[in-house]
Amino acid sequence: MSIVRYSELLRLTWPEIAVTVAALLLLAFDLTVLRRSTLKVRLRAGMAVACAGCLAAMFLLNHAAQQASLPDSMLVITPLTHVVQIALLALAIFTLLLSASTRFTGHVGEYLALILFATVAMMFLVATENLLLIFVALEFLSVSLYILTGFDKQSRQSAEAALKYFLFGGMSAGFLLFGMSLVYGLSGSIELPRIAAALSGPGLDPLLVVAIVMVAIGFGFKVAAAPFHLWAPDAYQGAPTVSAGFIASSSKVASFFIFAQVVVLALPAAEGRGGFRNYSPGWVPVLVIVAALSMVLGNLAAIAQTSLRRLLAYSAIGHAGYMLLGIIAHSPRGLSALIYYVITYALAALGAFGVLGTLESEGIDHIQDLAGLYRRAPGLAVCLLIFLLSLAGIPPLAGFFGKFYIFSAALAAEPHLGLLWLVLLAVAMSAVSLYYYLRVLKAAWVADAAQERPALRIAPITRVTLWLLAGLVVLLGCMPSVLLNLLGPW
Amino acid sequence: MLAWTIYVSFLGALAARLAPSKQAARVLALLAALAGLALSLVALAHWQSGQFVSVVDVPWIPQLGIDYHLAADGISLTLLLLTGIAATAGILFSWNIEHRTQEFFAFFLVLIGGVYGVFLSFDLFLLFVFYEIAIIPKYFLIAIWGSVPRGATGENAGAQREYAAMKLALYSFAGSALVLAGMVAAWTVSGGQTLSLEGLSQYAFPAHFQMWAFPMVFVGFAVLAGMWPFHTWAPTGHAAAPTAASMLLAGVVMKLGAYGCLRVAMMLFPAGLDPWGFHVLGFGSWRDVFAVLALIGIVYGASVALVQRDFKFVIGYSSVSHMGFVLLGLMTLTQIGLDGAVLQMFSHGVIAGLLFAVVGRMVYDRTHTRQLSELSPMQLAHVIPFAAVTFILAGMASIGMPGFSGFVAEFQVLVGTWRALPWMVAIAGVGILVGIAFTWRALTTVFFGEAPAAGAGHTEHPLPPITLPEKLGSLLLLAATLIVGLYPRILTDLIVPSLNSPLFEGLRKGVWR
Repeated sequence: MSIVRYSELLRLTWPEIAVTVAALLLLAFDLTVLRRSTLKVRLRAGMAVACAGCLAAMFLLNHAAQQASLPDSMLVITPLTHVVQIALLALAIFTLLLSASTRFTGHVGEYLALILFATVAMMFLVATENLLLIFVALEFLSVSLYILTGFDKQSRQSAEAALKYFLFGGMSAGFLLFGMSLVYGLSGSIELPRIAAALSGPGLDPLLVVAIVMVAIGFGFKVAAAPFHLWAPDAYQGAPTVSAGFIASSSKVASFFIFAQVVVLALPAAEGRGGFRNYSPGWVPVLVIVAALSMVLGNLAAIAQTSLRRLLAYSAIGHAGYMLLGIIAHSPRGLSALIYYVITYALAALGAFGVLGTLESEGIDHIQDLAGLYRRAPGLAVCLLIFLLSLAGIPPLAGFFGKFYIFSAALAAEPHLGLLWLVLLAVAMSAVSLYYYLRVLKAAWVADAAQERPALRIAPITRVTLWLLAGLVVLLGCMPSVLLNLLGPW
Repeated sequence: MLAWTIYVSFLGALAARLAPSKQAARVLALLAALAGLALSLVALAHWQSGQFVSVVDVPWIPQLGIDYHLAADGISLTLLLLTGIAATAGILFSWNIEHRTQEFFAFFLVLIGGVYGVFLSFDLFLLFVFYEIAIIPKYFLIAIWGSVPRGATGENAGAQREYAAMKLALYSFAGSALVLAGMVAAWTVSGGQTLSLEGLSQYAFPAHFQMWAFPMVFVGFAVLAGMWPFHTWAPTGHAAAPTAASMLLAGVVMKLGAYGCLRVAMMLFPAGLDPWGFHVLGFGSWRDVFAVLALIGIVYGASVALVQRDFKFVIGYSSVSHMGFVLLGLMTLTQIGLDGAVLQMFSHGVIAGLLFAVVGRMVYDRTHTRQLSELSPMQLAHVIPFAAVTFILAGMASIGMPGFSGFVAEFQVLVGTWRALPWMVAIAGVGILVGIAFTWRALTTVFFGEAPAAGAGHTEHPLPPITLPEKLGSLLLLAATLIVGLYPRILTDLIVPSLNSPLFEGLRKGVWR
């Protein structure tokens, strides 16, 4: 154990501190000054404080050291973690803005503060290479998300979703902890780089295989990959819309990043091979199976859904399968592709949930209820088109380049073309996915409502946020190099 | 300057969407299409034989070696010209769209812009991007504005349209998924440095790689070219689409597929056409396989067209048959055959446009039926003589009468086939004969049907006369097929030198004759 210098710690965690302070201030304001104000005022004020905190954190991040670390790999800051943290903050801001028209709860201060706390947890999660801190941050994140899921106290579904999420989550945390303890037992360290050094010997310890499977289960749950996905459809359906969007976007980004960090940094020697002919044990074949299952199950199950949220949930499972390809590639390019994919996915998914939130306040939940949307809310219909087509991977939207990049990274992985079968499966499944996305768009764009309904009322702030998100999706699709430049020197 | 064909279409789409009135949207769309046509014509006028014009070439995604590279050779220019003609005619023939007019022209022009983009792209990634951009508007054009056969009303009508639209979108997307996989694989194998078509065409891909990459990419594109047995989207899609969209689908979109087969599959992976070294059921190479599939398409398409009861399906299946000639021409691997194939792309684009215009706009929009048996008693030749004359001329062009472009194209394909795969000529000839039969049948039934029993079934409302936009559109298309038919050098001088350019060197080295 080396000594932690607190001044150093303070210097490196300014952004996280900014967000935490914002959360606390927000809670305090809500309890004292704004106590007698109307819900709307409290919401707006809280949002302003929260967004200010996130913006301050982004500003601090921009001016902080690009490369730094604390002893024991407690905090390891690299240009890459910077990008991910900024993305997380941006997503948090969008989430906060989308909660502007929240009506379901009177506890707005707590709600917004929880979003910020979860963001802090994620910022720590991505910036550490210490198993212990990873676990703590992950649990902090999960607990915040459980509460966010069950926040709608009037809704039975929300409570059910939270309970399901919590039970599955608790169990998977157990698996993860068990796997981590095995890794610690085998290597004698909780720092990812040291674990790699200790485990670099030839051959694969059977115990390590167990550890790998446990870790894969733990993280597989967090990223909602099949067969650990059972919580996702219920949580997405029952949770308040903004919470669901938050779970689908931010937490995906953070979980995938740290998942990749753990297996790539700690277990580089135990990768194994996932090729069709040249198979050898390790974490790659485990993830290959998980990825293939997620792609097939998520996309096929999404076809049968009639509820928009469940459809998005199953499609998220499918997307988790594609994203795993980036980890499986096990190369710097793969990591860069993964981050690009998960960020653009998060933007599109959050946007889609934002649209859903607006629709649900008008009582629209099922696909056929969308009929006539192009007439009732043309702008919203365009946004929905952009988000869903990006998820389907249609150029020139961001989702397309993400797919191309991640597939090319997977194919370029050693040995060349070894994962061709998996990429072919992924490509085929993305063709399947177009079907259900088009079904939604068909309802929104083609069908006319049975009876004429009035135009939808959309809060201006929601409108602006959705257009911003849509603009980002288009921009990142047309000019991917903007983000790629930050993700790695090529 | 050619790059503006793309931009003008996308800008036109935006302008049409935001247009204050329906008439404004129409005029704006027409202007955008005319601008595209004018740009291609100007390029044609300034073209020097064998030229390769690089329009724009800037790095786009340098991390992956992807460039924004627009360029044109003679083959591209031929197809750009076709796109300009078909787009202009399409807009003229959809002058009567009243339902969500602004959106219709917006989707239409996005589709056109995507098509221009494909023909101009000399970076594989860019080509693919434009190729996919074209898919989504097709879906909406059919699903929202499509036409349906008589008898299907309300719910049922909508369901049929959506079925056809979804089928088309999924077939296209499945095909492009194959292409995507092939593209990524090619990128990986060539070292991940470039996706430029020029660069990749110089790269010597390993023969065993080409052996599986070629059929994958070829089939991926050929789905959109209507290759049997992946053609089934074509007749349903064409029949369900609104007139302008069927004109574009048959006229231009199917050419995207054929163009991709030539430009990507054959140009990059020529060794995929080499003999396998063994025979399975008499097939010795992918070339044999695809040639036979093309041949089946020719005969099958024509035969099925012969027994259709729905006028639009007749034309839909005839497209499958004519596109078979394109694929057969490609598979001859002779200069004259390939020249014929590209010419056939142009020719069929124009002729199919004309035929669909007659069926969809002139006849269906007036009589509201597509059933041959119901059209027969209407004596349409007397009621709308202009439509009858147009159909006769288009039919003559379609069956390959000398003097029309169809003759030059199919004749060249057959000569190429004779040199390369002689026994196939006989079967393709049968296809042509059946083609004459179904055209004759459609013509006589629809326009020169039996006179109805005296007094009975006489149309109570006289049909509205042919409008000016329709006449202009027909004349444009007729002029195109006649000019090319009478003076084919206008296009062959573009195509042949391009086939002899360094880009196709790999293809010429193989079994080329």
